[in-house]
Amino acid sequence: MSTVSVNVEHLTRVEGHGNIVLNAKDGTVEKVEWQVSEAPRFFESFVRGRPWDELSFLTSRICGICSIGHSLTSLKATEAAMQIPISDQTGMLRRLALHAENMQSHILHVGYLVAPDMFRVGSVFPLVPDHKDLVLKIVKMHRLANELSTLVCGRTTHPITMIPGGFSWIPSQRALLEYQQHLRDIIPVCEDVGQALLDNCHMLPDFSRETEYIGLTSDEEYALYDGVIASTDTGTHPVEEYESVANEFIVPQSTAKYTKHHRDSYMVGALARFNLNSDQLHPLAMQWALKFQLKPLCYNPFMNSIAQVVEYIHSVEDGILLIDKLVEQGINRDERP
Amino acid sequence: MKPTVAFFDFSSCEGCQLQIANLEETVLDVADKVNIVEFREVMKEHAEAYDIAIVEGSICRPMDEERLRKIRKNATILIALGACAHLGSVQRLGNQWTAEENKEEVYGKTIPEVTDDSNPFFEQPRHRSLDEIVPVDLVIPGCPIDRNEFVKVLVALLQGKKPPIPDYPVCVECKKRENVCLFTIGKFCMGPVARAGCNAICPTYGLGCEACRGYVSHPHEKAQTDVLKKYGLSTEEIMNRKTMYTYKYVEKQQEKPREKEVKA
Repeated sequence: MSTVSVNVEHLTRVEGHGNIVLNAKDGTVEKVEWQVSEAPRFFESFVRGRPWDELSFLTSRICGICSIGHSLTSLKATEAAMQIPISDQTGMLRRLALHAENMQSHILHVGYLVAPDMFRVGSVFPLVPDHKDLVLKIVKMHRLANELSTLVCGRTTHPITMIPGGFSWIPSQRALLEYQQHLRDIIPVCEDVGQALLDNCHMLPDFSRETEYIGLTSDEEYALYDGVIASTDTGTHPVEEYESVANEFIVPQSTAKYTKHHRDSYMVGALARFNLNSDQLHPLAMQWALKFQLKPLCYNPFMNSIAQVVEYIHSVEDGILLIDKLVEQGINRDERP
Repeated sequence: MKPTVAFFDFSSCEGCQLQIANLEETVLDVADKVNIVEFREVMKEHAEAYDIAIVEGSICRPMDEERLRKIRKNATILIALGACAHLGSVQRLGNQWTAEENKEEVYGKTIPEVTDDSNPFFEQPRHRSLDEIVPVDLVIPGCPIDRNEFVKVLVALLQGKKPPIPDYPVCVECKKRENVCLFTIGKFCMGPVARAGCNAICPTYGLGCEACRGYVSHPHEKAQTDVLKKYGLSTEEIMNRKTMYTYKYVEKQQEKPREKEVKA
C-alpha cells in the first residue's frame, strides 16, 4: 500500500494563481486537478453601460503582459459593431504593436521563466553568476520589445495611443527608421540566445499526445492580428462564429472558464499558430524552427516555448518589413479617426 | 544585512509586478541591493517573514482577506503596489451590482456547490483596496505603476527617507511638458484633481487623464464637476469620468450618509 499526495498551492513562475492537486493510491491516480483560484473580476459584467470608446482601456486591464492583445480584440469588436473603418497605416502600426507584445511576452516566458529549468536553477536570479552574458542578452531582447511598445503605444504596459478607428498619436518616420536598425542589430543576439537554448533543449520533456490546436489563419501572412479561426481538427471557421469554437463551460475548481471544441480540450498560442501556419514564417524564423526540429504537427506542449523563440525571430523580420512599407507609403502623423 | 523583500499578488493584471521585469538591466541592481525572498511570478522560493511586503491587486473574497492578513503579520512595512491595491481599480466598477448579479452575468445562473458561496473560490466576491482590510504603510499608485518611481521609492526606503510621491495634480506636469490643454481641443480630462507622478503621460499622447493614480489629498471636486459641466458633459458622462479607476471614492461617499443613519 502506498499513497502519493501532491498539493502545490500557488504554482510559481507563472502568471495568475493556480494550484495542482494529485492523489494516487497503489499506483492508481484517484484525483488530478488543475485549480484556478484567481479571484473573479467580472469584466463581462462591469463593462456594461461604459462609454464605447473606453472599452479597450478597460479590457486592456485583463492582463498586463498581453494588454496590447486585449486592447486590439476589443477595438476590433467595437469597430465591427459600429462599422468603423481603419486605414492601411493603422493596420500596419497595430501589427507592429502586436509584434512588440508578442516579443516581450515570449522572451519573458522563455528567458525569465523557462530558461532557469533548462539550466537547473530555481529562478533567473541564480542564473546571473554563471551565465551573465546570456542573461544580459535575454534582457536586451526584452528591452527591444518594450521599446517598440513605447514607440507605437506610448508605453510598455497598457497601451495609450490605440483608439477605435486608429491612433491618438503616431510615431515619426525618423523614430521608426532608428528602431528598424535596432531590429537588424538584435538578430545576432537572438541567434546567440537561440543557440544557448538549443544546447539545453534536451531538458524539455517529451509529453506528446494528440491535441487539437486552434488559432488565427490568413492567406496574406503568418496570422497574428487578422484572419479567420482555424483548427488542426476541423479546418477554418468564420470569426463571427467564435462562440461555436469557444464553447465555454464552468467547473467548480476554476474561476476561469474552460473551453472545448472537437475534443475534450484544445490548445492555443505560439505552438498552435506554428502548427497551423508554419509555412508562412519568414526565412530566419523557419531556419530556427528546423534547427530545433520543430515541425508541424508537433504535439509536445513543452515545445510551445521553442515556438515562442521562432515567433520572436519572425516578429523581428516582419517588423523590419512593416517599417519599410510604412516609410515607403509615407507616414501621415496627422491621421486621426 | 540586506533588507528582505517579498512580492505578492491578488486580483489584478499583474502588470505592476511586470514593471519590475521592465526595469531591464536595472532589475539586476535591485536584486543586488535587497534580498528578494518571495516573488511567485518569477521564483519558486517561499518566505515566512520579510522586512518589506510589496502587494499588488485588490482584495475580493474571504480567502483573499485571510491571506492578506497573514502577509501583514509577517511584514514590517507593507506597500500597496498599483491602482488595484490602492483603489480597487477597474474591477471595483463591478461593486455597482450585487455579487449574485455579477456571477450570473459572467457564469450564468448560479449552480449550487459550483459557483455559489459554498465554494470558497466563488465566495462573496467584492473588490476592495488593501487599506480597507489591513493598515498600509505606503502606496505606489498608478495603472500601471511608473517603474522609475518604484525605484525611487525603494531607494528612499533603503536610505530611511520619505518616499517621493507627488501630491499635486497632473495639470502641473502637463503644463511643464507644454502640452495643449485637452479641454481646449474638445476632450475631457481628470488632470485637475488627479495625483501627478506619471509625467502626464496620457495627455501627452492625446488622451484625457482618468486619474489612475487617484486624487490629490485635497481635490477640488466641485470645481472639477463645474469644469466638466462647462465643457458640455452630462451628469452621466461626468460620473463615468469619475469612476473608471476611482469608483472607491464614489462608493465611500455613498456609504457616508448611511453611517450617519446608523449612528443616529
